[in-house]
Amino acid sequence: MKTSRLWAWITFGVGAAYFLLPLIATFEFSLRMRRGVYSFDAYRSVLGDPYFQATFFYSVLVAVFTILLGVLLVVPTAYWIRLRMPRFRPVVEFITLLPLVIPAIVIVFGYIRMFGSSSPLPFLASTRGADALLVIGYATLALPYMYRAVDTGLATIDVRTLTEAAQILGAGWTRIVIRVILPNVLIAVLSGAFLTFAIVIGEFTMASLLNRPAFGPYLQNIGANRAYEPSALAIIAFAITWGCMSIIQILSRFAPKSANQPR
Amino acid sequence: MAETFLSIRGVQKSYGPNVVVQDFNLDIGRGEFVSFLGPSGCGKTTVLRIVAGFEEPTSGTISIGDRDVTNLRPNQRNIGMVFQAYALFPNLTVAQNIGFGLKVAGMAKAEAARRVAEMLELIKLQKFGDRYPYQLSGGQQQRVALARALAPKPRVLLLDEPLSALDAKVRVSLRDEIRSIQKELGITTIFVTHDQEEALSISDRVVVMSQGRMEQVGAPFEIYNFPKTRFVASFVGTLNVLNGKVADPAKGTIAIDGQDIVASRGLGATKAGDSMSVALRPESAMLVDLGGGRNRMRGTIEDVSFLGSVVRLRVRFTDNTILMDTFNSPNFPPPARGQTVTVIFAPEDVLVLDGLEAA
Ligand SMILES: Nc1ncnc2c1ncn2[C@@H]1O[C@H](COP(=O)(O)OP(=O)(O)O)[C@@H](O)[C@H]1O
Ligand SMILES: [Mg+2]
Repeated sequence: MKTSRLWAWITFGVGAAYFLLPLIATFEFSLRMRRGVYSFDAYRSVLGDPYFQATFFYSVLVAVFTILLGVLLVVPTAYWIRLRMPRFRPVVEFITLLPLVIPAIVIVFGYIRMFGSSSPLPFLASTRGADALLVIGYATLALPYMYRAVDTGLATIDVRTLTEAAQILGAGWTRIVIRVILPNVLIAVLSGAFLTFAIVIGEFTMASLLNRPAFGPYLQNIGANRAYEPSALAIIAFAITWGCMSIIQILSRFAPKSANQPR
Repeated sequence: MAETFLSIRGVQKSYGPNVVVQDFNLDIGRGEFVSFLGPSGCGKTTVLRIVAGFEEPTSGTISIGDRDVTNLRPNQRNIGMVFQAYALFPNLTVAQNIGFGLKVAGMAKAEAARRVAEMLELIKLQKFGDRYPYQLSGGQQQRVALARALAPKPRVLLLDEPLSALDAKVRVSLRDEIRSIQKELGITTIFVTHDQEEALSISDRVVVMSQGRMEQVGAPFEIYNFPKTRFVASFVGTLNVLNGKVADPAKGTIAIDGQDIVASRGLGATKAGDSMSVALRPESAMLVDLGGGRNRMRGTIEDVSFLGSVVRLRVRFTDNTILMDTFNSPNFPPPARGQTVTVIFAPEDVLVLDGLEAA
């Protein structure tokens, strides 16, 4: 009992050190821009950089559109699969997992070939088109997380009975999805949304190859050319990601209690 | 019966090669309370869902008040439904749940609020309008589900085993409440259950079903006392089956374990020596001799179980045993195990099973 407790703590300590040491080292380094004393100069420099603001804002905007596209795509699909085609759930689940297996670089090269300026669907001929393609690409990358989150949310409610209860009360499909299904999986949708946000903010490959002014390529560029700022940026990016994760945790406390199961 | 309001005609339903409902024909009067009674898997829910429009019949039609609704979608039928699993919307309050159908119908806010208040009063949950479903007990949730179904003034109310998720006490009180609300509103109702006591106690008529077929339709009194098929006889209530041989078809006498008894309902086309099964309800047999031309059989008490108001005895003749009920009374202790008794029952109470369709 005592020894197993001890080993648990040792394992925990090693694990924690593995994660925390690089973080602490990076943080410490990011404070050393001014000679001899610790300061937040690197952060000031980064946050004051107009490119930082522009690329960050661009990525946030792309993230918002990606989330909207993801929700519009995933919620009705996952709902319909659960309601009418439960047999196909494994198939759909497999398809949504593909973006984890196929590297982003393969997807984006496919896009460039398919949607180049001389193709029948010349997404890449205009800036807006390229932006749209980036959003579509990101929605694909986020698909595994979004789908899983929504599907898990749907598992907590009795989709079929709730749908029928709404139907017999006269509701049509749009009302059922918006008024009955979405509010009951909202927390799940939001956690999918924040995961999507975290992915989009740091993504480099797609943004770079589609030549979009996103935050990921900016991070890479700074990293290659400056000394202290990249560490500061890494800490900022880390804080954003962790912020998203904590919001998911907090939101999950507010998940509506499912009362539609018999006790 | 009042004029026909809901009409189920020639309904058939197959899933691939499985026929789960066949030749279902039923006319339900306006304001009538009809129960579908049968064991699990006999097709009750399927028929109900066809009436609601959730399932399409393979053949047959449904009409409500002279209008053929077979091809209408569920949200066009103006039917109220209560589900076994309550199916309240977890994100909405009690009042919002009840008001859901009114909102869908586009009712003005003030009018809807009035109607919701009226429904809350009907189910005696006036103080619970702002609660969420998870803050209510099962019985309260099911009452809200009932109010939600009734709020838009549907033409027909369907209930699919609404009480089976509740505990025994609540089940009985909610059952009576459903019936009294149904009478008060005069709404045409179909109630699905596998519990015969439930069906017999609240229905105007009961439809007994087995393996996708209607076995018998009738008032509870009729179903219980005059079962038309073997299935109904054995499914509804407890039934003692006695196996014997025909002694004299003309007089209606049958020998059970060597003792002759009389069945006044006739033995049908049989001859002496034929094997024959008859049945007797536990409450038809007595130990007290009231005289007259009653059947008397000598037997031995094999088991005594005290059920409260009644005491159930198992009596063995030779090969046959029967269960019989005697009323409990503190002044008359029940007979003891091993005691020899005379079981007395009227010839009219002997059901001849071979005369019934073997369904
Ligand atoms: N969607 C379906 N596909 C195939 N068989 C079904 C389906 N729904 C019901 N059944 C079958 O139909 C029969 C009747 O079911 P149901 O109406 O639910 O019975 P009950 O409500 O009387 O218990 C059952 O044998 C069931 O397995
Ligand atoms: Mg059922």
